[in-house]
Amino acid sequence: MTDELPRTDAAANAGGDAYPAAGQPLLCIEGVAKAFGAFRAVDGVSLEIKAGEFFALLGPSGCGKTTLLRMLAGFEAPDEGRILLGGKDIAQALPHERPINMMFQNYALFPHLSVRDNIAFGLKRAGMARAEIATRVAEMVALVKLEGLEKRKPDQLSGGQRQRVALARALARRPQLLLLDEPLAALDKKLRESTQGELMELQRRLGMTFIIVTHDQEEAMTMASRIGVMKSGKLAQVASPRELYEAPRSRWIAEFVGDVNLFDGESKLRDGHRLVIGTRDAGSLVVAEPREPVGAGRLAVAIRPEKVKLSRRGPVSEAGHETAINRLDGVIADICYLGGTTTYKVKLDTGGMVQASVANSARLDVDAYSLNQHVVAWFTPDDCVVLQS
Amino acid sequence: MRKVARLSRFNVASLALGLAFLYLPILILVIYSFNASRLVTVWGGWSLRWYHEFFNDRAMIEAAWMSLRVAVSSATIATLLGTLAAVALSRGERFRGRTLFSGMLYAPLVMPEVITGLSLLLLFVALNAERGFWTVTIAHTTLTMCFVAVVVQSRLGSLDRSLEEAAMDLGCDPVRAFVAVTLPLIAPAIVAGWMLAFTLSLDDLVIASFTTGPGSATLPIRIYSEVRLGVKPEINAICTLVIALIAVVIVIASLASKLSSSQGKSAAPL
Repeated sequence: MTDELPRTDAAANAGGDAYPAAGQPLLCIEGVAKAFGAFRAVDGVSLEIKAGEFFALLGPSGCGKTTLLRMLAGFEAPDEGRILLGGKDIAQALPHERPINMMFQNYALFPHLSVRDNIAFGLKRAGMARAEIATRVAEMVALVKLEGLEKRKPDQLSGGQRQRVALARALARRPQLLLLDEPLAALDKKLRESTQGELMELQRRLGMTFIIVTHDQEEAMTMASRIGVMKSGKLAQVASPRELYEAPRSRWIAEFVGDVNLFDGESKLRDGHRLVIGTRDAGSLVVAEPREPVGAGRLAVAIRPEKVKLSRRGPVSEAGHETAINRLDGVIADICYLGGTTTYKVKLDTGGMVQASVANSARLDVDAYSLNQHVVAWFTPDDCVVLQS
Repeated sequence: MRKVARLSRFNVASLALGLAFLYLPILILVIYSFNASRLVTVWGGWSLRWYHEFFNDRAMIEAAWMSLRVAVSSATIATLLGTLAAVALSRGERFRGRTLFSGMLYAPLVMPEVITGLSLLLLFVALNAERGFWTVTIAHTTLTMCFVAVVVQSRLGSLDRSLEEAAMDLGCDPVRAFVAVTLPLIAPAIVAGWMLAFTLSLDDLVIASFTTGPGSATLPIRIYSEVRLGVKPEINAICTLVIALIAVVIVIASLASKLSSSQGKSAAPL
């Protein structure tokens, strides 16, 4: 079974268009905009999705990510811009004319149809022969591990099972592009994590192109190969999960994706490949010069909590590199034990606060710090990101 | 424990009282339809005499047949139009005058029947339409369409819109999506709407008497004119038959809905 998985066959419903090879552009979104009344839900988004990609649209609720997805599915027509699928503009095509399928947030399973008929629904519409439908449905049922439940109605299934039926139904037509609207939002945490893994594995095996919409940054980071962060109808940054986390392009993204310490300040002087930035709360910080030159004016230094080290005395300074390390003295103000890690909040002598996330690598708490203990928080210039604020 | 028992005794009492209030007059009517006596209020032993009388009363049979035909055809037309109106109101784009349209659709719900009847009569006279079966049918369609629309619209409102979207996503054009997904899901409401329209039409007296013509009286009109000359026990027999008909329709409908909802469950393994 595992080796004979269905390949994406564009011919099933794409009208004979050749499916681009993996890595080739599949979907081109060009300057797409959509307004509801005076509210611009999607405001000039341009994006290219490659075949075989697992792409995530990430953003807070109301950022326009669902509207963008609905325009790809054909439920909304864009006011401006083009949507090219395999080179053909589909912006005004109706949903049933697109070789795209969608998995709905609430699954939208047909309550009057059995699991089998739900999965077969799209195949019957495509005019597939009865025997072929039976084979394809059996294939899909096996793919999402629903054997034995084919005759059940959706209301006789658990949440996780319903999610699988919805996935099988959306995959059955072998679309060129699968859209997933918050596919895991209704599942509990444990089930969500295992399903994330299964979705990724499925996507890899089928070689299909997935676009997922989510507000959960962890989910996007785990599953997607590329993430587009949306804010107020615009794409704020499109990057790999790592780049998004380690090199956020704006202060807003740094705060939206993961935890971050931010220190506002101004550029003071340049020292080789280092910048010295005078901050209000943490004194002077030495940072690596950013790739894109920063202008004068107000800046912010961002440092992720896990990159802030704590020690009782501070790092042993190597000769000549004393200035290459940022040292902040303070006392532990708050301890948050999370199992794998502990987050300490350190009240700095200079007035600010810094969060440090420390891995609990030993079972005994000999390394742990206690409240009001004097510590040194330190980090290297390379771990800092300079953001225009 | 004692509190629960007292509460349930109270509930039983109130239920019995309520049911008695609703059904005692009907029960008495049914019992007296089997009365052998010529006098309505005097019990003269059991007999099927008045049923026999009714089946030999040509005028009454004709009126009953007329009522049945009017009820079936007006309920069918009203269900069709009412369903379309409900779909347009809850599914269509926000067209201009939508609020006005829905207000106008629901007006007959609260309009006194006399006004509806009179205005329809004036219309038919102005159009010089021959009054009879079709004018009553049209009038009853006007009356019952809004009831169907209310019932169907409430069902449509509780239906998830994404179901239709999913159908379109899976290859249905909007019309097929409606037929394949929405229609089966609102079918119980459509059936309920039809039955409501059927019973409303069957027992309407006011509008029918405005819009009917000579020689095409409905059963309520016929009964009413008979009663004015004095209540014959035959009327009791007719009413009992009507009650029996309605009871049968309701039992069939509830059995059908029970069957369709248990279908999925019986298919599942234990």
